[in-house]
Amino acid sequence: MLNVLWRLGAFSLGAFAKLGRANLFLLQALAGSAEIIVRPGLLIRQLYMVGVLSILLISLSGFFVGMVLGLQGYNVLSDFGAEESLGVMVAASLVRELGPVVTALLFSGRAGSALTAEIGLMKATEQLSGMEMMAVDPMRRIITPRLYAGILAMPLLSALFTYIGIQGGYLVGVPLLGVDEGSFWSQMQATIDFREDIVNGVIKSMVFGVIVTWIAVFEGYDCVPTSEGVSRATTHSVVYSAFAVLGSDFVLTALMFGE
Amino acid sequence: MDNGRIIEIWVGVFVAIGIGALFLLAMQVSNLTEFTEAKQGYRLSAAFQNIGGLKVRSPVKLAGVKIGRVSDIHLDNENYQAIVVMNIQPQYKLPDDSIASIYTSGLLGEQYIAIDAGGSPEYLEDGDSFDITQSALVLEELVGRFLVNMSEKSGSKEE
Repeated sequence: MLNVLWRLGAFSLGAFAKLGRANLFLLQALAGSAEIIVRPGLLIRQLYMVGVLSILLISLSGFFVGMVLGLQGYNVLSDFGAEESLGVMVAASLVRELGPVVTALLFSGRAGSALTAEIGLMKATEQLSGMEMMAVDPMRRIITPRLYAGILAMPLLSALFTYIGIQGGYLVGVPLLGVDEGSFWSQMQATIDFREDIVNGVIKSMVFGVIVTWIAVFEGYDCVPTSEGVSRATTHSVVYSAFAVLGSDFVLTALMFGE
Repeated sequence: MDNGRIIEIWVGVFVAIGIGALFLLAMQVSNLTEFTEAKQGYRLSAAFQNIGGLKVRSPVKLAGVKIGRVSDIHLDNENYQAIVVMNIQPQYKLPDDSIASIYTSGLLGEQYIAIDAGGSPEYLEDGDSFDITQSALVLEELVGRFLVNMSEKSGSKEE
């Protein structure tokens, strides 16, 4: 009985300690922001790694998600004779929810896990301590550019996902299933509000960008420096990102769209 | 070309694609293009007994053509009437005896303001209001009236 209590206490203390470390870590990383201006090359290289290399995955996924939305939406809407609202359905669900959320989940699998593994391996092979020995702050040199690259890349990827998704929905809805082209676009434009929907979607994706990259980079930096520790950190990075993204999505949606 | 240069170019392409997608979303998918219209148009108001499900941004139509949008709805506290302010695009001129009514598109569709143009030579100007208005039809009231009629008829038959 006492043993159980002891374990519970150790577990919760460990969880709080990790949360505290994560926040201190974020502050330290943000404190090195000036490094980005001094050495833009670091940021550009990371933008290439997390952003450019994700374009193909994001575009293809967006295209297929949009096509599925078009197909499923048509099946349900045609029962009510409301096929013309297909454009609204596809655009609203992509702009408000699926764009930011699915992009964040894909991004954590594609870029977040790579970041964790990279930094974890740097720690395991003592490259980080090596940098410290050379009086180079690994926080500024390694962590800060990766954090900013993730935060900048996410909204762009999410916009790409959403736009390609809507084109996918259009392709299935209009040429394939014969929804009227004019009402597809005009009903969409009448319903989707720029400030209410698109700006909120961009804000969402920025928040998700911070969350996913923060978790990924922190898990790598905080991992146990063994090969097993790196693999566990990579798993944790993806799992925690998924939880954090979906959980914060509910909060953000309630704040933005709940009247 | 060295490796660093290629990476720079790719990142530039990526940022351009992302911003381009955002721009296309704003222009093609959302109603951003209408913001400019809202600034150009002139405002008219109308008092209704009941506006039903009319909302801000509902369309204003003349002969089925959209000529503007509802920009504000508030309650007149003295007469207990709803004051609907609408924004009409500047190229459309309305005679000052026009009638504003609230209709529903389809049986259960969204509600909009339909304008019936009058024959007066004078036109409505910015800040004017419609003199004649027709409130929204509330389905429950109609059903209620219909039921009352039915029961009166059946009552008179029995006599």
